[in-house]
Amino acid sequence: MRESSYKVLPGPEGYLPPAAATMGVMLPDPGQAIMEGESVDRDTALRAAALKLIEARNPVFFPGPLILWDWKPGVAEKATALKELAEAVGAKMIPMPDYRPKYPMINPAIEVNPNHPNLTIWHNKIDVCLFIGVHCHYANLALKIIRGGTDCYTIAVCAEAGHEEAMISLRDAGLCELQRLRELVIELKGGKNQ
Amino acid sequence: MIDQKIVDPDYLLFEAPRTSEYITGSEAVREAIKRANVDMAIAYPITPQSESMHLVGDIYAQGYVKEYFRGENEFAVMSSVAGASMAGVRVFTATGGPGTMRAFEVFPTWAGARLPIVCAFMTRGINSPLTIQPDTIEMAYLLETGILMLHAENSQDLHDMLLMAFMVAEKTDVHIPVGVFADGFFVTHTRDKVNMLPEDCKLPSYDPYTSPVPVMDMENVPVRQMRDPFVMKSNFISYAAHASWQQEIDAAAERSRKYLNHYLGGLIDVEHEDADIFIVTSGTAVSQSREAIATAREEGINVGLVKIKSIRPFPGEEIRALASRSKGIIVPEFNRVGWLAKEICSVIDEPRKVVRGPRVFGGMTMPPELILAEIRRINQ
Repeated sequence: MRESSYKVLPGPEGYLPPAAATMGVMLPDPGQAIMEGESVDRDTALRAAALKLIEARNPVFFPGPLILWDWKPGVAEKATALKELAEAVGAKMIPMPDYRPKYPMINPAIEVNPNHPNLTIWHNKIDVCLFIGVHCHYANLALKIIRGGTDCYTIAVCAEAGHEEAMISLRDAGLCELQRLRELVIELKGGKNQ
Repeated sequence: MIDQKIVDPDYLLFEAPRTSEYITGSEAVREAIKRANVDMAIAYPITPQSESMHLVGDIYAQGYVKEYFRGENEFAVMSSVAGASMAGVRVFTATGGPGTMRAFEVFPTWAGARLPIVCAFMTRGINSPLTIQPDTIEMAYLLETGILMLHAENSQDLHDMLLMAFMVAEKTDVHIPVGVFADGFFVTHTRDKVNMLPEDCKLPSYDPYTSPVPVMDMENVPVRQMRDPFVMKSNFISYAAHASWQQEIDAAAERSRKYLNHYLGGLIDVEHEDADIFIVTSGTAVSQSREAIATAREEGINVGLVKIKSIRPFPGEEIRALASRSKGIIVPEFNRVGWLAKEICSVIDEPRKVVRGPRVFGGMTMPPELILAEIRRINQ
């Protein structure tokens, strides 16, 4: 396994940042998560994500098609848990309903698009965002553009292998992880729901 | 369909009992595809590949492959294969030489569209005057298409790499095409012992719903949406999205390393790790090098072998580490341009250590004496 000194941190990193994977950042093994380019245990990442969310001035969740549609068993329960998590955090939801480029111009107040997510971040002054239910290719695309052009802290809750482009990413994440994240948010807020 | 048991890929590749058969490389393709749980195979003939897809047609008739047809030409085949893969089925095809060149436009789009297609390339010359003879020059053109490239030394490699290729290509975090390359005629048309897997076992099915891009399922949400048209507006945002898209394909190739290390047991094999001189090569040039190395070692020369199994991703760090402690690297190749030597020079600290040859092409064989002469020259 290669050692990488590259850190995945809030930007703006520059005109065209490299893909983190090509800088030696590796996705976490099952049971692990990734934080700012390094593998950590899942609970550490969950706690760090909870802290980032509650400390944020304007946290926003970006739910994608895989959680916006009730397309297979278990998704509706995850969507409900996500809504409860957003309520606990006090986060807004701005959906990524599809991946088509929006022309002549996106309305950044109501949606986010993988090809220019920075517009939505800038328009809404988002300092922490959470991706969930976005197909992995499009999530990585958006996450890299965000750290290239904005100072937003990115969190990805992924049901597959995770995202090295996010500052914190869970992998194989489902209903349990969302519920645990909500518990941690409430605990860190001193036991108070929003 | 023939009744076969779905088994864990690690069991199939590493634990299942094997039986030895004396078969050609084309027949090794047939045997691998029999066990690969392929949904669709699309064929178009070109020497020296024709026999392999003909044999895949035979196993379609026997019920090992769900769908099989002949395309109009190579461009049509590679485009049809892309459509099948976008629709969420496991798909296989093969080509070689001028067939590769005729279809060329499609290969980078396979990678860009994150399609886990597996294609066998039976390499041959592409130059004029027309040759059908062995040559690996087409690999030079494919290096930057985004396709993962494995290079088989022999029929056993070809058989095993094809099965591994499906497993690596379909990982969510990889999900780009894999080309398995074999030197035409030297591998495809010669018989060799191949340790084959049980015929009643096959790989698990492909699950397109774990794809990093939406599968084109027009019946079901959330994927009842066409894939987005590529961003083709003339503005900074669309350029930046394109650039990030291409970077994500490179990232996918990087992520394949851990899976390839698992299945291949490393991107390279090394024989005589403490050697002073290394032959670093791939494909059938590895077999020719083995003979030269045996003779050289009898003469007391401490020469070792590095067999490169994965060309993309390239085992740069592995080769750099070996090169740093050797006094010379010899790179025999079956092509005119020496693409492998260029690759090696690009990753090591002292490119002057590299002997860019011997090279033969146009169908010539490579006598081990050519390699031996270079070993003796460096040893002096």
